[in-house]
Amino acid sequence: MSTVHTHVDTHVHDAHDHGPAKGWRRWVFATNHKDIGTMYLLFSLAMFFVGGVMALIIRAELFQPGLQLVDPMFFNSMTTMHALVMIFGAVMPAFVGLANWMIPLQIGAPDMALPRMNNFSFWILPFAFTLLLSTLFVEGGAPASGWTMYPPLSLQTGPAFPMSIFAIHLMGASSIMGAINVIVTIMNMRAPGMTLLKMPLFTWGWLITAYLIIAVMPVLAGAVTMLLTDHFFGTTFFSAAGGGDPVMYQHIFWFFGHPEVYIMILPAFGVISEIIPTFSRKRLFGYDAMVYAIASIAFLSFIVWAHHMFTVGMPLAGQMFFMLATMLIAVPTGVKVFNWAATMYKGSLTFEPPMLFALAFVFLFTIGGFSGLMLAIAPADFQYHDTYFVVAHFHYVLVPGAVFAIMAAVYFWLPKWTGRMYNMKLAKTHFWLSAIFVNVLFFPQHFLGLAGMPRRIPDYSTQFADWNMVSSIGAFGFGFAQILFLIVILQSIRGRSGVKATDKVWDDGMPQGLEWTLSSPPPYHSFEVAPEVK
Amino acid sequence: MLKILKYVAAAIAAGLPAGAAFAAWEVNMPVGVTELSREIHGLHMLIFWVCVVIAVLVFSVMIYSIVKFRRSKGAVPATWDHSTKVEVVWTVIPIAILVGMAVPAAETLIKIEDMRDSELTVKVTGYQWQWHYDYLDKGVSFFSRLDRKSDAARQLRSGIDPRTVENYLLEVDNRFVVPVDTKVRVLLTSGDVVHAWWVPEFGLKKDAFPGFITELWFRATRTGVFRGQCAELCGYDHGFMPIVVEVKSKEDFEAWLQEQQATTGTPAAQTAAAPATSQLETDAALTVARAE
Repeated sequence: MSTVHTHVDTHVHDAHDHGPAKGWRRWVFATNHKDIGTMYLLFSLAMFFVGGVMALIIRAELFQPGLQLVDPMFFNSMTTMHALVMIFGAVMPAFVGLANWMIPLQIGAPDMALPRMNNFSFWILPFAFTLLLSTLFVEGGAPASGWTMYPPLSLQTGPAFPMSIFAIHLMGASSIMGAINVIVTIMNMRAPGMTLLKMPLFTWGWLITAYLIIAVMPVLAGAVTMLLTDHFFGTTFFSAAGGGDPVMYQHIFWFFGHPEVYIMILPAFGVISEIIPTFSRKRLFGYDAMVYAIASIAFLSFIVWAHHMFTVGMPLAGQMFFMLATMLIAVPTGVKVFNWAATMYKGSLTFEPPMLFALAFVFLFTIGGFSGLMLAIAPADFQYHDTYFVVAHFHYVLVPGAVFAIMAAVYFWLPKWTGRMYNMKLAKTHFWLSAIFVNVLFFPQHFLGLAGMPRRIPDYSTQFADWNMVSSIGAFGFGFAQILFLIVILQSIRGRSGVKATDKVWDDGMPQGLEWTLSSPPPYHSFEVAPEVK
Repeated sequence: MLKILKYVAAAIAAGLPAGAAFAAWEVNMPVGVTELSREIHGLHMLIFWVCVVIAVLVFSVMIYSIVKFRRSKGAVPATWDHSTKVEVVWTVIPIAILVGMAVPAAETLIKIEDMRDSELTVKVTGYQWQWHYDYLDKGVSFFSRLDRKSDAARQLRSGIDPRTVENYLLEVDNRFVVPVDTKVRVLLTSGDVVHAWWVPEFGLKKDAFPGFITELWFRATRTGVFRGQCAELCGYDHGFMPIVVEVKSKEDFEAWLQEQQATTGTPAAQTAAAPATSQLETDAALTVARAE
């Protein structure tokens, strides 16, 4: 991205300037992208803790062999709900929140293109999750067939079944609306002079993610609707007895599921590509290559889905194709990691909390990438599939991957949002505790999987006891460390922590995006007159 | 010193009962006892070391940068931001490595899918939550489910320490018996939901679907007892449907088979089938109850 020069007339908007509405109306009737972004972020933070408590219940039961705390059905509900809450409640809304806050600021737009739909897409979520979480209290308990909801098992779910499917429909509708908003905003509201290849990488990552969401969320809706009609209306899409096929569900689900994985990581790539140059004081290495790498990964995500199902007995040619296509993903992903490393090389590095999280992201996401490459090798996958090795793999790309990127983004932009620096010491403590415990938590799970422990089991044979205990200790350490995150954020919001942030916040040379030309915090309505990008 | 370590390792290995290759603090995949499992283990180690080498290279550059190019040490940032040459290099080299990886992987995959010339075929059916083994054309079939000691200990707050139970959760009432050095073809299906049949020492797992047949094969090259578990979430007791395979010498297997056939074909099942059937009926009732 080339250097951005702007001419912002800061006095232009006091003619009809109006602040936020008072009280609850500001939030319920919100159309301001900053307010909606804030609500998304706070909602996802709440869900992060709800999903986290579920994870701790799982790890507490797995602390030692034998069943001490919960019965197997509730355990299965916890693994299922943990996944649904974290994916649809924590990670995705967090990125939508970041998109709402940052995309208009990064492209010099006054707001999102469709503010009322923006309001709607957020306010669906509390209802969707109330519905989903209320299944914990219905007869037969919450869904317990895994977040993948494979039939026929998922068809054995009780009253929670239609409730969870309706909740998923709502979440999907919300995501699609969010994605439409992102695309329309980026395509139509960029400041004059901001060509596509001058956009910041966070915006680029989100643009491509938004297309993925629009492409695959309807597929998920279709899959779960077929489950619904199989259950209640006598269809047999997924039952051999009526000419259907349970494997077809898995194909449809993973045609959604694999792009979904990238929906959770491409905006993270964007965040990291903003932070590393800032704290290296050096422009991002290979900007064009980074954009093309994101686009290639997005394209490949549509042709690799069946690597999640090598064990279903596909024809040899099918297994070959999906193995080779999956291995190809390593190439653009490698380009990204190499470019981040090259950005740091010969830079001038400092290690504020956003940079710490970004660095941990690059190291640990890469480890998740390596285990992903191992999983791509179909013959070896016959051993890895459905073991803790897989659990370790996707938690490495999702926790020190996506979640660390979200935390890095929050620590990066929080002073811009609130206008105040936060407690750096506490944030650094949060980082070190998180970075250490996340490895104590997930690294041993590689060993467990390789040694033969299947995933989604509430109890295990005694030879798995030692690493499980280590993993559980890591889980509690990681979980409690997140309380620090909450404290840092709340202090910053309430303006109790530290000095006022400058407009550039971090450094006078870098960062360079348009968001840093505004005051900290930015005015309620920003860029009413479009800045000019040269 | 190395020699002593070797002897110690050998002594420990010799002391282990057959099939108990798992140890606490285990960190790697078992090499296994079939030709396929050994090849798969080889692929696993190959890709692992490829990853380690790449990781060392990339992480070295990053750690070097973190140590060397600090502002606190007066580092001045360079102004370059791309280099077509290195970008081509680090796109092409990974492609070459991947091709090198794909060739052996494809070869093994072809072997895994070669079901021809099997010498014994067994139909394995998954049920919630037990396995049924049917030796086709041999007139022998039986159910296989978690043994009583494990079952007692695994109840919620049972008060029984799992460590006092031998092969906790990995023992069954009726073992799946196969002959050594024989290509055994396993036909998998299910009576209810999706299950997956997996014995780590054999290198493979495969899903079992209701109404469909999937297949896998193995040829165990030594006798012993090998343990695995259902590997696809199948409901309440998914964690409690182990698989235990006993590989016997060919003579011992024939003797076992004849003994089974002599006692009316499904002898092991005489004891197991009755409770097993009632269990199935209960499950069906439960399913109906849930549906209502």
